[in-house]
Amino acid sequence: MRRSMTALAAVSVLVLAGCATDEPTASPSGTASAAAGSGTGEQSKFFVQADYDNELALLDAAPTGPADKPWEQVLNPKMVDTAKYRKPGKHKICFSNAALNNPWRQVGFKTMQAEVEAQRSRISEFVHVDAEGKDQKQIADINDLLGKKCDALIVSPNTTATLTPAVEAACQAGLPVVVFDRGVNTTCPVTFINPVGGYGFGHVGAEFVSQKMKPGGKVLALRILPGVDVLETRWSAAKIALDKAKVNVVGVEFTDGDPAKTKKIVNDYIQRYGTIDGVWMDAGAVAVAAVEAFQDAGKPVPPMNGEDQLDFLKLWKDKKLTAIAPTYPTYQWRTPIIAALSILDGTQVSNPWKLPQPTITQDNLDQYLDASMPPLHYAMCGCTDLPGYPQRWK
Amino acid sequence: MRVAERRPLPLRIRTDGIAPIVALLVVLLILVAFVQPDFLAPSSLMSFLGRSAPIILLAAGQYFVIVCGEFDLSVGSLVTAQVVVAARLIDSDPSRTWPVVVLLLAGGALVGLVNGLVTTVLRVPSFITTLGMFLILVGAVYLWSDGAPKGGLSEEFRRFGRRAIEDVPLLGRIPYALLVLVVVAAVAVVLTRSDFGRTLVAVGDNPRTAELSGVRVVRTKTIAFMLSGLAAAVAAILLGGYSGVSFQAGVGLEFGAITAVVLGGVALGGGRGSVVGAMLGALTLETLFALMNFTGVSGALRSTVQGVIILLAVAVSSLRSSSSR
Repeated sequence: MRRSMTALAAVSVLVLAGCATDEPTASPSGTASAAAGSGTGEQSKFFVQADYDNELALLDAAPTGPADKPWEQVLNPKMVDTAKYRKPGKHKICFSNAALNNPWRQVGFKTMQAEVEAQRSRISEFVHVDAEGKDQKQIADINDLLGKKCDALIVSPNTTATLTPAVEAACQAGLPVVVFDRGVNTTCPVTFINPVGGYGFGHVGAEFVSQKMKPGGKVLALRILPGVDVLETRWSAAKIALDKAKVNVVGVEFTDGDPAKTKKIVNDYIQRYGTIDGVWMDAGAVAVAAVEAFQDAGKPVPPMNGEDQLDFLKLWKDKKLTAIAPTYPTYQWRTPIIAALSILDGTQVSNPWKLPQPTITQDNLDQYLDASMPPLHYAMCGCTDLPGYPQRWK
Repeated sequence: MRVAERRPLPLRIRTDGIAPIVALLVVLLILVAFVQPDFLAPSSLMSFLGRSAPIILLAAGQYFVIVCGEFDLSVGSLVTAQVVVAARLIDSDPSRTWPVVVLLLAGGALVGLVNGLVTTVLRVPSFITTLGMFLILVGAVYLWSDGAPKGGLSEEFRRFGRRAIEDVPLLGRIPYALLVLVVVAAVAVVLTRSDFGRTLVAVGDNPRTAELSGVRVVRTKTIAFMLSGLAAAVAAILLGGYSGVSFQAGVGLEFGAITAVVLGGVALGGGRGSVVGAMLGALTLETLFALMNFTGVSGALRSTVQGVIILLAVAVSSLRSSSSR
């Protein structure tokens, strides 16, 4: 009995570990570069040269629309006709959400809810369904929403390819569909809303880091996990910039977005190489952990990029870091509501609806810092004029 | 309490099963010294011990459960839950630090109590009980926090896991985490040398005989689970301090702790091994990972290494238990 119990227990432990540690097994670029101590490996299969060129151009494009409301602005607008969706009266707007599983999405969703409240005179009902990060649930959610007499459907897809048929089915049901944040492989939605994108994000951070450090210095690149398009595009743009600057990329490591793991990785690299001259990250959630690793090791914090999360901005200011924060603004969660209402008015909207993607630098840092907001809040929420600010976001 | 009288010589307790792990640790340290001499500099070594403290504590907690013939797979999720709860309750307010620390310790013991009672009174196999607890905690935290941590940990709270007494002669620095570890380790060693510790081993060795000898098996095992829960609470305080608020603070730790325990010569299925061996197992595992890093081996291989260790340990313990029959 004991023998079989032990064996069963061992199996369950292994299964548990398999689902719990979730460590990327396919990290050829990470391994190779770590061993060789230089280079960034092969370009990602997600890389598309035309998209890269387009996004880098968009970074410098002048937006149309009100300057103080970037969530209403558009880069290179391409207007589409929406007259056939015109509908009088108050509207029922439905939203199928991929997940609420990180602070970025939490802040974004609160912003969206506040936008709904601000537009209460025009919205009779707002239905939100959380897919909890599961494709299958989101497909079922969208299917359910089709039977609920929504006037417009907003979708933030969990994954691109798997959700495409569900979005197409919603389009065929005749209601206007607005997709935002992550995309789908179909042109059927009335509009697709997102900021400049991953190439722009990755490029801005990598350019800064490689320019602020000594030539040929050692860069550590920290990524969350492989295989996610928005993160892959960030890395592939950074790769180009880092290679061009001829810096020595000593490591490309996956952190799983975990601060403890991040600190250990950075600490290990500091020990292995003595100094690290620059840190590039594909997302800012663990930027503070990376900074702390240098602080705890008694080393100066090298030039690095984070994101617009307030804990990082505060640390940047307090410790006078050499830093930059490309953003993926949470204000984009306001835009789908505005777009849906415009479509139901029959007013033209741009498709794609490309939003500006501002960068926080030393010069404008102070304007985004707000000590009264919680550390995990995102500065670029565009939410200060919305009902319930600041309490709703605390 | 006849079982308690089966007291081996003190000298034997000290060496029982520890020699191989000490040898392995020494070999690894020599290899590390070869690859990365800086690693053995006092201040660097102290930092390493400090950040290894949580997993060593968890291994100590896991020892109590494993040596009496059970498992605790809930510790990783318990650590996550505690870090998330601490962040939300403290909400960056230093004055709430100590009440929350007390609350975390009580919470850890309570989760252990539930695990223990379900396992002993309801007779649910412990890896089912604690797997269930794992899922309950993951779900509860998700529900409570909407899937993303809120609030923040105070500097006061983070001190335990992050800060150190600096400028110490010879050693360079002594992390607070290391001090906490030393205290907990001392308590653990005293416990295992007490009647309770021997009873625990007897229960793991043969629960039926122990019961017939008058040992309260239910109480003994339940206390073992509570100790594991307490160890997880202390680990959560150190880990939260080390890395800050995270929804992944404890991911995979149960596996690391079990690997460390079996590496330290504790038999899966119970009845053999020492808590010092378990803690040295954790330290050895961390040293092995450090060595893998210094030699540029991919971090992804860590899972594989842990898997191999577990499989070998189970194979060895199965062979032993079948040959002894």
